[in-house]
Amino acid sequence: MPGALLDYTVNGLIVGNIYMLLAVGLALIFGVSHLINFAHGSVYAVGAFIGWSAIHYLSTPLPATMLLVMVGCAVIGLAIERLGLRPLQNAPRIAPLLATIGISLVLDQLLQLVFGADPRSLPSQLPNWRIHLGGGTIGALDLLIFGIGVASAALLFGFLRFTKLGWAVRATALDRDAAKQVGVNVDAVNQLVFAIASALGGLSGLLVGMYYNTIDAGMGFQATLKGVVALLIGGMGNVPGAVVGSLLLGLIESYGIALFGTTYRNLFAFALLLIFLVFRPNGLFSNNRRPPPEPLTGTFVPPTSPVALPAWALAALAVAALALPLVIRNAYALQVLTNAWLYGILAVGLTLISGTVGLISLGHAGLLAIGGYASALLALDLGLPVAASVPLAGLVAALLGTALAFPAFRLRGHYVSIATLGMGEVVALVILNWESLTRGPLGVSGIPPLEIAGQPIYSPQGQYWLALIVMLLLAALQSRLLSSHLGRTWRAIREDDVAARSYGISLNRYKALAFGFGAFLAGVAGALTAHVYSYINFETFDSTLSILALTMVILGGMGNVIGAVFAAIALIALPEIFRGAADYRMLIYGVVLLLLIRFRPQGLMGTV
Amino acid sequence: MSALSPNDTEAKPVASPLAAAPAKAAALIEANGLTRRFGGLTAVDAVDLAAAEGEFVSVIGPNGAGKTTLFNLITGLDRPDAGRVLYAAEDITAMPPKALAARRMARTFQHGRVFANLSVIDNVLIGAHARLSAARPRLGALAELALAAWRPAALRREEEALRREATDILRIFGERLLPRLDHPAHSLSYANRRRVEIARALALSPRLLLLDEPTAGMNPTETREMLEIIRDLKGRGLTILLIEHKLDMVMELSDRIIVMDNGRVIAQGKPAEVRHDPQVIEAYLGRAHRSAETEATAGGKRAGAAP
Repeated sequence: MPGALLDYTVNGLIVGNIYMLLAVGLALIFGVSHLINFAHGSVYAVGAFIGWSAIHYLSTPLPATMLLVMVGCAVIGLAIERLGLRPLQNAPRIAPLLATIGISLVLDQLLQLVFGADPRSLPSQLPNWRIHLGGGTIGALDLLIFGIGVASAALLFGFLRFTKLGWAVRATALDRDAAKQVGVNVDAVNQLVFAIASALGGLSGLLVGMYYNTIDAGMGFQATLKGVVALLIGGMGNVPGAVVGSLLLGLIESYGIALFGTTYRNLFAFALLLIFLVFRPNGLFSNNRRPPPEPLTGTFVPPTSPVALPAWALAALAVAALALPLVIRNAYALQVLTNAWLYGILAVGLTLISGTVGLISLGHAGLLAIGGYASALLALDLGLPVAASVPLAGLVAALLGTALAFPAFRLRGHYVSIATLGMGEVVALVILNWESLTRGPLGVSGIPPLEIAGQPIYSPQGQYWLALIVMLLLAALQSRLLSSHLGRTWRAIREDDVAARSYGISLNRYKALAFGFGAFLAGVAGALTAHVYSYINFETFDSTLSILALTMVILGGMGNVIGAVFAAIALIALPEIFRGAADYRMLIYGVVLLLLIRFRPQGLMGTV
Repeated sequence: MSALSPNDTEAKPVASPLAAAPAKAAALIEANGLTRRFGGLTAVDAVDLAAAEGEFVSVIGPNGAGKTTLFNLITGLDRPDAGRVLYAAEDITAMPPKALAARRMARTFQHGRVFANLSVIDNVLIGAHARLSAARPRLGALAELALAAWRPAALRREEEALRREATDILRIFGERLLPRLDHPAHSLSYANRRRVEIARALALSPRLLLLDEPTAGMNPTETREMLEIIRDLKGRGLTILLIEHKLDMVMELSDRIIVMDNGRVIAQGKPAEVRHDPQVIEAYLGRAHRSAETEATAGGKRAGAAP
């Protein structure tokens, strides 16, 4: 047993060192630019694949592989700074965050297009000996990772503390404008920080690949999450804190796996995430229980005048959409459009949460999943009719979603995004692990079809009409709420929560109302999807859907109900017209998101 | 939310017994020994303040004297390290802003905090939020959602009445805002945004109104206009606390003036008394004078030493 304990400790420290290489970079970037770089994990994945290519095609020795990885990733880091940060310096604080999400999507998709989705093995180039120590063992790779972790932490510490450039980085972190005043080239500092952070991130990817002997194009997302958790534990922007946070996270995961099993690995990270967000939003080393007074307000709303469509035009469009199946008889086209209406429901709900109230949610796929599973299981296990299970699933999503997101309501800006991201992951993990309820990795099959008055609907026309009518009804209901006192109250919270509070607006109550309503829509969308597909599993609603939904919201114009529907059609139906583009679809979404944030943050129809 | 509701039920009956109370004890708002420290700096240092019902009290003092922090402590946006605040004979020290809004305490902000993407009329209606029957905390959130979707006739009438009232409030600014009811606040001039903020505060139909530099950034004509409006509010019997740098305005309007410097109250009294208080003169003129002088001489020396 002591041997096993030692093994778990060593494993925890190794994994902690890997997280550290990630988290230190995130902390540096957050320090100088107040930005959580959501593309950091993608750089880490790119690093792993650069390493694989170097070993595979060039047969480079290990030091050369590491050098290539670091240089390659540093260049990518520079590109991220140039594309994602610098042009958006004067934009609302949330804009660069969304840009890094877009960049992450683009990088992940490029990796997948070049290398395919299947995992590859990354051979360790180290000798295979292990030191036996008190019953446990330590291998050469363990020592290498450990050494690289400690060395890079020490180098970074020395750099920040003793070099002029390091002082410039710290000065920029403390007060960007003042640093500019005294002649620090802030852009150069940002570039340097992104280059260093990305080089370390890429190295981390290479080492992980060697440690687990497998890499895949989707590995970046989890890495970003782990890095962010470690960052949060240590306190945002605190480099030594990130080191401690990473080691702690690694150890907790390792001991947790020892006690509960591997499938729970990620759950510990997100439990920690939620605990820290609730109790210590400033990290381990700050006693201040309040979240920091943010320069990062959550809104993404430049002053605009929305495009107002007259009521007759909307009615005409709705009638035209309803009449479409009479003209189009192609089943595939109708299925695509049905899908667009289902996404429309999701986007309409999300535009309320993220657009009208300003809570940027990155975990909406989790709500879809709750809705899908709830309806499927209510229908299958309890034998409820689909007409009852779908709205009930919406309520379940609203209740669970609001409860999960509740800790985030007193937070703002980036913290909300992190918390909802954690919420989405927790849902996915619970679905995967709670086998007695969700059937675990097998998924749920044989889900009954949609029905009206007991009549099952199999025809594409019927599904199209049902999805469209549900969407129209929910969109109309939301528009009605927005025209009541609730609408102005929600928007007031987004615009200035301090002033809103001063006039008696309870932030928790109205954020919960908006989140609950939006989550209801997401749950209904997920439920309808489950009944249309007849089979769902834990991957049906994967986290890229959250980003896709957010892209729709931004494309339509934040808070704009009509815009959200148009955006859903544009992003779901239009790519189908370009048949050959199917593989590039997610890539296109990422590029669309980036271009929007840069050139048309008010979206197609304008912010409401 | 639940912790608050008993207080909210208490809020209403408070008004009537107060009218019968003796004049001396009738301070509507009273702060005792209010202290707030930020790290090593004591921004507000054992400040006492009181305003009787209907009284107009101004808080003046150099920048950084702690005036806005004092307002934040009174209005629940910040919590004092020591001291307490009584409002209508009730201890409100630890109460959140929404409880104070329910007790009809309204404030404006130093740098203006209008809701930029909301229309003028919606900005003002937000001021009336605490008066909405659908938004009452005792009514559950889900009931509020249902009411907002269903909108029964009573609710529609209430909304219409509030809309008319908001328009009437905006009428006190003459034609400046009436033609712009549906314009987003970000399209307004700076002075107009300050007016919207005051209108928003009035929509709460406040018992106590705290104005934080309402004329900042206004030209002399606009300032004059604002002075008349505030005088009119005072004439209606509103209790007002004012922070202002324009001293002639303060002297003209105030029943009493409190002078702060470095977080402490250095003088208070009627305008005429305060005007001649040597400490006040020093805080406002003397020190500024002296520092200007020393700066000038230092600059002179430097200039002299340079060649």
